[in-house]
Amino acid sequence: MNNREKEDYLKDYSILKGEGKSFFPYAVAKDGGMAVITMLVIIAMTLALGAELGPKADATTTSFSPRPEWYFFFLFELLRVVKPPELTFVATIGIPTICLVLLLMLPFFDRGPERNPLKRPIATLAGITTIAAMAYLTILGARAGSPTEIELAAVGQEDGKRATASSGCLGCHRIGENGNEIGPELTEVGARLPRQAIARTLVNPTAPMPSYAQLQKQDPEKFQDMVDFLASLK
Amino acid sequence: MKLPTPPIPKALKPKPARPGSGSSSNGHANGGGNGRIHDLRPGTSDGAGNGGPPSKKSPGIDRAKLKEQAVEVPIGAAAWLDERSGVSPLVRGMLYRKVPRGTNWFYTLGSATMFAFVSQAVTGVFLAMYYNPAPTEAYESITRISNELFLGEFVRGMHKWGATVMIILIFLHMARTFFFGAYKYPRELNWVIGVVLLVLTLAMGLTGYLLPFDQRGFWATVVAVNINASGPVMGPYLADFLRGGSEFTATTLSRFYAIHMLLIPGLIAALIGAHLYLVAKLGTTAPPWLKAEKAKALTKEEV
Ligand code: HEM
Repeated sequence: MNNREKEDYLKDYSILKGEGKSFFPYAVAKDGGMAVITMLVIIAMTLALGAELGPKADATTTSFSPRPEWYFFFLFELLRVVKPPELTFVATIGIPTICLVLLLMLPFFDRGPERNPLKRPIATLAGITTIAAMAYLTILGARAGSPTEIELAAVGQEDGKRATASSGCLGCHRIGENGNEIGPELTEVGARLPRQAIARTLVNPTAPMPSYAQLQKQDPEKFQDMVDFLASLK
Repeated sequence: MKLPTPPIPKALKPKPARPGSGSSSNGHANGGGNGRIHDLRPGTSDGAGNGGPPSKKSPGIDRAKLKEQAVEVPIGAAAWLDERSGVSPLVRGMLYRKVPRGTNWFYTLGSATMFAFVSQAVTGVFLAMYYNPAPTEAYESITRISNELFLGEFVRGMHKWGATVMIILIFLHMARTFFFGAYKYPRELNWVIGVVLLVLTLAMGLTGYLLPFDQRGFWATVVAVNINASGPVMGPYLADFLRGGSEFTATTLSRFYAIHMLLIPGLIAALIGAHLYLVAKLGTTAPPWLKAEKAKALTKEEV
């Protein structure tokens, strides 16, 4: 906007403002109505959905699934879109940072005088696309259950299978028919990685995967079962 | 302006201290008007019953006098406050400023976000009375809140779902200001403050998720902090700051607690203050499809 356009805007605005109503009581009444609705919605959700509390946190990992609150699904599920492990940081850090900077700088690169959404198609389309993308990722995240079962036949590896199923791997990885697709698929890890490499990854993983070092320390047998089972997947 | 100020003794009341009848400030103008209306009413009704001016007649309990005092006290209190703070022109300016023609329900989303924040603050204070941020105690104290305290589970539920509602409202408010082009001149700064508020609100969600110390929240937080650690330059430092070291320890929980209930809410409250200051100063936008029809007519008249 050049100075001329700025002045025009301010003039137009002061006229529109002059034609308007007083903040009190007109706007205050609407705001108050909305506050009441907000309160009622919160109370209704509380009564209908309660406040569940899962099992107590346990650093030695049994039966957890590292799932964020639903309003972070759209960030979490970016990992599902960006597949190769080398590019994980693009999904975890890169894209969110870029989006945030774009959002912050918006008023400094979109400076045209037009405000009507129908007359600035690029901005409006970009906004709708962003909302659609976030909604899509959120729905993906909501639909991905947190299965704790592995339906592969595991010959002589029942303990390992149980340990793996209860350690939250499936929150992010797919094994056979079960699990999510946020991290790399593990159905045939045994063919890709030797045992030691699998154990090393479990203890010292690349972000964002949590480390299983605690499990190794406190329940080495269970940890070993898990490694054996994973190494047998070929 | 309904602050509970103690009434001032009559002797101390600056009786003729109403400078410039009505023109100086709102408190006085309104006060005068109200006073007169209430002076009249009891007078007429009593007049019909007693047939005389009631005020100076009996020294005992006098309804008219009580009524008069009931009106005088808040006015007096407001005047008292105003005389010392000079705040009433400000309040008047805030309340009786005009909002543009066409202001609709979409414009309530910002204040609804603020309302949700206030609700979070109130329920949060009650939770803080019983919550204990030690790894061996956190989960137990949440269980106690849920199962033993009167309305404990209700307050916890309100805090939990209030967070969801606040997040939805903040995104809706942002969408409104985006599609209405409200981030453009002269409101750029308010958009920037808004984006910071958005990040802080999301950070509230993140730090709060760990506090009940259940499996879900714990591991989600481990993953979230791992993601932080993988960031360039600042990443590892930020992660160490959040964890209070290179590992998840007892410090981590109390650190998240301090961040969640002191640091970020303080920042949010301060920034909402700045946000609203700018809203009041610049005024809210008119809906973008409205044009000032009278513009040309007016300028012609003026010329
Ligand atoms: C804690 C969060 C927030 C609170 C309490 C809040 C509160 C408010 C309120 C009460 C208004 C007055 C007009 C209205 O309600 O629409 C407003 C206006 C505004 N807000 Fe927010 N807001 C918040 C977050 C945001 C965010 C995340 C953004 C955008 C990134 C934003 C951008 C704006 C802008 C540009 C205006 C001016 C709108 C206009 O003049 O029409 N705010 N805010």
